[in-house]
Amino acid sequence: MEQPFRLKAGGRIDRTRPLRFVFDGKGYSGYAGDTLASALIANGVHLVGRSFKYHRPRGILSAGAEEPNALVQLGLEPRLVPNARATQVDLIHGLEADPVNCWPNVRRDVLAGLGLAAPLMPAGFYYKTFLASRHLWRHVFEPLIRRAAGWGRVPEDPDPDVYTHRHLHRDVVVVGAGPAGLAAALAAARTGARVALIDEGTEPGGSLLGQTRTLDGHPADQWVAEGREELSHLPEVLVLTRTTAAGLYDDGTTVVAEERLTDHLTSHGGHGPRARLWWLTSKTVILATGAHERPIVFPENDRPGIMLASAARTYALRYGALPGKRMVLFTTNSAAYESAIDLQSRGLRVEAIVDARPDPSGPHVDMAEALGIHIHKGCAVTATDGRHHLESVEIMLLSPDLRTVQAPRKLIECDLLCVSGGWSPVAHLYRHAGGQVEWNAEVRGFTPVPGPGLPRVVGSAAGTHALSQALERALTAGAEAAREAGFGDGSASSAPRVTETDALDGMDLWRVSDQPGDGGRAIGRPGHLSFVDLQNDATAADIDQAHREGLTNVEHMKRYTLTGFGTDQGKTSQVNGAVILARAVGEGPEAARLTAQRPPYTPITFGTLAGRRVGGLLDTVRETALQDIHRDLGKNGGAVFEPVGQWLRPRFYPKAGETMDRAVARECRAARQEAGLLDASTLGKIDAQGPDVVEFLERIYATPVASLPIGKVRYGLVCKDDGMLVDDGTLARLEETHFHLTTTTGNAAWTLNWMEEWLQTEWPDLRVRLTSVTEQWAVLALSGPKAREILAPLAPGMDLSVEAFPFMTWRAGAVAGIPARVFRVSFTGELSFEINVPWRYGPALWKALLAKGAPLGLTPHGTETMHVLRAEKGFILVGQETDGSVTPRDLGLGGMLKTKRDFIGKRGMARSDLQRPDRKVLVGLRTDDPAQVLPEGSPIVEAMSSARPLPMLGHVTSSYLSPMVGRVIALALVKGGRERLGQTLQVPLEDGDLAKVTVVEPVFWDPEGKRRDG
Amino acid sequence: MRHSFFSLIRNALGHHREWPPLWRDPDPKAAYDVIIIGGGGHGLATAYYLAKEQGLGRIAVVEKGWIGGGNSARNTTIVRSNYLWDASAHLYEHSLRIWEGLSRELNFNVMFSQRGVLNLAHSLHDVRDAHRRIRANDLNGIDAEWLDPTKLASYCPLLDISPEARYPILGATLQRRGGTARHDAVVWGFARAADRLGVDILQHCEVTGIPREGGKVTGVETTRGVIKAPKVAIVAAGHAGTLAAMAGFRLPLVSHPLQALVSEPMKPLLDCVVMSNAVHVYVSQSDKGELVIGAGIDPYAGYAQKGSFSIITEQMGALVSLFPRFSRLRMMRSWGGIVDTAPDASPIIGKSPVEGLYLNCGWGTGGFKATPGSGQVFAQTIARDAPHPLVVPFTLDRFTTGALVDEHGAAGVAH
Amino acid sequence: MERIPCPHCGPRPLAEFSYGGEVVPRPDPEPADDATWGAYLYVRSNPKGPQSERWVHIHGCRRWFTLTRDTATHRILDTPLRKEEA
Repeated sequence: MEQPFRLKAGGRIDRTRPLRFVFDGKGYSGYAGDTLASALIANGVHLVGRSFKYHRPRGILSAGAEEPNALVQLGLEPRLVPNARATQVDLIHGLEADPVNCWPNVRRDVLAGLGLAAPLMPAGFYYKTFLASRHLWRHVFEPLIRRAAGWGRVPEDPDPDVYTHRHLHRDVVVVGAGPAGLAAALAAARTGARVALIDEGTEPGGSLLGQTRTLDGHPADQWVAEGREELSHLPEVLVLTRTTAAGLYDDGTTVVAEERLTDHLTSHGGHGPRARLWWLTSKTVILATGAHERPIVFPENDRPGIMLASAARTYALRYGALPGKRMVLFTTNSAAYESAIDLQSRGLRVEAIVDARPDPSGPHVDMAEALGIHIHKGCAVTATDGRHHLESVEIMLLSPDLRTVQAPRKLIECDLLCVSGGWSPVAHLYRHAGGQVEWNAEVRGFTPVPGPGLPRVVGSAAGTHALSQALERALTAGAEAAREAGFGDGSASSAPRVTETDALDGMDLWRVSDQPGDGGRAIGRPGHLSFVDLQNDATAADIDQAHREGLTNVEHMKRYTLTGFGTDQGKTSQVNGAVILARAVGEGPEAARLTAQRPPYTPITFGTLAGRRVGGLLDTVRETALQDIHRDLGKNGGAVFEPVGQWLRPRFYPKAGETMDRAVARECRAARQEAGLLDASTLGKIDAQGPDVVEFLERIYATPVASLPIGKVRYGLVCKDDGMLVDDGTLARLEETHFHLTTTTGNAAWTLNWMEEWLQTEWPDLRVRLTSVTEQWAVLALSGPKAREILAPLAPGMDLSVEAFPFMTWRAGAVAGIPARVFRVSFTGELSFEINVPWRYGPALWKALLAKGAPLGLTPHGTETMHVLRAEKGFILVGQETDGSVTPRDLGLGGMLKTKRDFIGKRGMARSDLQRPDRKVLVGLRTDDPAQVLPEGSPIVEAMSSARPLPMLGHVTSSYLSPMVGRVIALALVKGGRERLGQTLQVPLEDGDLAKVTVVEPVFWDPEGKRRDG
Repeated sequence: MRHSFFSLIRNALGHHREWPPLWRDPDPKAAYDVIIIGGGGHGLATAYYLAKEQGLGRIAVVEKGWIGGGNSARNTTIVRSNYLWDASAHLYEHSLRIWEGLSRELNFNVMFSQRGVLNLAHSLHDVRDAHRRIRANDLNGIDAEWLDPTKLASYCPLLDISPEARYPILGATLQRRGGTARHDAVVWGFARAADRLGVDILQHCEVTGIPREGGKVTGVETTRGVIKAPKVAIVAAGHAGTLAAMAGFRLPLVSHPLQALVSEPMKPLLDCVVMSNAVHVYVSQSDKGELVIGAGIDPYAGYAQKGSFSIITEQMGALVSLFPRFSRLRMMRSWGGIVDTAPDASPIIGKSPVEGLYLNCGWGTGGFKATPGSGQVFAQTIARDAPHPLVVPFTLDRFTTGALVDEHGAAGVAH
Repeated sequence: MERIPCPHCGPRPLAEFSYGGEVVPRPDPEPADDATWGAYLYVRSNPKGPQSERWVHIHGCRRWFTLTRDTATHRILDTPLRKEEA
């Protein structure tokens, strides 16, 4: 029979929409509106997983986010979801789910026998064993432990879904749409405030969706429906369901929440994002996050069929699924009686209520007695039986001090044991925001301590158990929050009249003893474990042991026993564990300390966190105006690019079938023999002007500025105040108080920001304006002996002769009809013009230059050729010849530094270590083997040996095969390098070989600089 | 009681009721020879080696909270020694060698797992730096190798090595001897071993003052009273500066939040440590199955053991880009530590301006891996009142002379 | 800490800002010895509590400003004023 445990009527499921699904390889059916857990229960499936350490059979404990047991691997490739909580998975047609941590299936798990070894696996057993050998640990024991541990499997393929983020400002955000949250949101929204109401469930209503209460004489769900209706007509109200508030930040004004958008619609991926991360910034926040029912810790409290009392009722009333046929309720409070009565009214037979209190009372207690339910007062469940499902429970009488139990024992047959050990307010978000909780003896739970600047807490999250009181306080809180945000006068309508449940007049029974009772027998039978954390198999005995071993701080206990470390993050175990530890120390629950509560409230998908910024969108890609040209250039699919900061720059332009080495050799030769063309647009460019610009630049640059005439260009060095070189570039004086500065590609943003920092914070009196013009000017570097010949016809109005346009000057004019600034600077040592034109004219200039130049041999080249050419000249590259520990003097650039006036870095480079004579300095290396390229970064030693450590003299910073020099060239930083000129040193290579090198001057091409004028 | 499989069986027969405390809970004595401020891994290791190797009898570790509750409990447990500069390489390699025998030394399984540490290169610049580092490692006697993308793909198939990636992976350095250890076990192991040698571990004992006489330290004032000692050592990570202020001097340190997070436990999927400086993320899988993930430090100074959520979202973008298959996994828990960052990303170990007061701080994001080595060399430094040869480059002096050990490249994002 | 109050633009997400750290005046370099210079470069008060620190709205108005923040809680204690208001 299909769904044998489904009620004929009732619940919020749609019986007209049956859905097929598969669990553990078997097909079942359920209805729209079911969760996976409720559908399994309707089908009588209770064994849903195996526990972490002992592989014990486990069933569904709860009906919500606190579920420790029912973890499933959901869906099919590529849309697998590992570790989904069946209690929060909306059933969809075709859903496939598998239990985790068992093989081959959950009934015949090969590791089930591990439970027998439990005595050998107490808390922290792995710290005390496997000590013999680190290799055995690494290769035998650790892999065994790792294979046994863990839950779900990672998908085989990349995630086909996308995720998104959204930011929103609100006046009032209410977290939790149960009765209190709904009331608070209504009261706030009625003032006209912008309200967001968010809830992790599929619809607002919370606990009211599975109850038999009435509000103002009507069923609770009618009140919920009316509230939803009213909110839907208020334009400034946003109601988000399937949305879990993960964390609360900034003194509780920023709620970060994950909204699940498509998983409940289809298993094939929906339209649009799978989930959305909300950043809700709000003037006020109200937390109505409810409370979790607590299990009781007693021997063998982990069998399938043992369920929280409220969850059992939720399954019956909200989902029309009966979690059993014959039940026992084990409770410490009267509130849980309502569950038993409701379940009995739905056809379950209540065999007994086991109440730990000797003298329970209350309307529902009376009602239960009137219904003829047998109540065992002052008793506790002391053992359970049943292999894959509960078959019976054993009860005994509690001794007056609750520490032991007494005979006689009684066996009750049942297939469902409902448990209620009281309620724990959900204060996770409150604690994220810095709020404290303390033991509240009335509520028998830890409730938030109000404080200034902390969010309001209402409903059972605040420990308000009575519904009428919760509604009344929530309405007031909503109205007051709105007033605080500037809406309304703070007055709220009155709360509806409700039928109340019994008070939480419970008792503290934290643990049913496994110590021998007086006159009784030891019930601490082998294998009878009392679980505190069901997911991690942490038992009360483990906590005892932690205490015995001195781990009496709750954080130590948590780490040692793993209590609260699971995917449920201790929602059902944290309080029990803390109090059991406190009692072991000899104190009461008021002395218990809860471990820190950290985001997220429930696990949140990595993809959601990442949002759109993954893969190709991880970071901005910056492109020059010529990027399309670079891509198209050449017959082999265009340039090969290299990432340089956020830019993608052409590295070389291979012709069909050409290797990089050949392409670079061809490009190098062209640049030295005819002409080369480089897209240098990525160079950082700063427009600096203002009456005090000269003074400003004098302070910033290590090289002189004031003496630079208008129309001229100078090489400049930038140091940090510690004296280390951080950037280099050129300064061109456009007018008396107007400069055009260039920086390296990689440091452009950093350098401008750093200049601004000095200007704005230290020297605000200087009248200077700095503007990035990097993306205003496209720059083409035309370089080579034929550069003048190529440029001249394109710039008829510009006299390009050496006399009229000498090295290190700049001229304005038209090039190819485009207004341009032309700089006669050279990074190659050849005659060179860096032509700057407005960004969008870059492609036109490129085409014009190539049209004129190609017949003369003009060849585009990329960064690799640029590196070879500059290295041949011994020009440094910041970031390659420097690493943050190199001064201008180390690079042989000391002569360029200002000697008289102060600049940033001057005092720093005068410190004693920066004056040491044996510092590493820049030199050239000549390899004995002219074809031996030295891998950049290779160390340099006096003489190689097998001794370790072997002192290093420095390292190779640049090395290339230079087609023009006809051999390998290299630059290096070498200790006392100037004194070593002519010495032979060794460079050990990766394969064990050695390269012999001679220390030489770091210039390999045209040392006299004759070529720069063409 | 010595730990072994046999002692486990013996205790199982006794229902685990006979295990002795891992360490005692003594009251503070009036005076000690040395007081260590800070009951984290480094402080406890220092105490252990003082007692074991330096022959000092009366040693106390004072801890304001519970031992191992600071960065020892909040790091991503990565152990490696493949640092760039000689001074760092020697120090971290010294430590790594102790790690290799530590479980036996302490008779406590610290679960040191030499599963290999990958440092990814995403640009030609990274490749050059990586090569420089592994070649330097080699000459310093540290195992290091280069994996090109093909080798990398077979070593760690989860990585997206496609050249179309936004920051394509051009290769990685691998230190096979690197790996992870169980952070709590390190703290407990050192605490237990130190306690056995007579060290008093004083928890919930917060230092409120560092009294001096004639420029010389005389002990500590604590919430559990004044305790005398001729030698006091500050091993308090993020709070080193606060303690230095009590002794009247300042340090070249800034405390920053550093966040990390774990996924839900998964069946084994990642058998090495992966670190990427360029996209700021590092990840490994714990024995329990969680992916342990860290990022760069939060950019601002802070002592609150919490960071900004936006940092986590950025870090997850980087992680999912490196590992596209991780996208559907879920973050289970996040946390923050307080790291004491020095200007050169290297530690400060040695004497302070106050006689008898010693410093071991500035480990920033990377202190966990140095725990045993740091403790050992620092113990000798304290006992002999002279720096151990390995810590000579790491004294406070370097911030005057400018002889920094700039490991920003190798330390990168962290750890 | 998710938002920083820019005196010119109002509160904006942290990602739009760069942190400049504790305010440390640059000493006169001439008489300064190595120790003084080292202290200026590297030594910080690093207080656990209120700190006067610099921020720049780098992906916004690009203006630097100083605010006071409690480093023990990350709470911003004052909303910085625009220069013309100060």
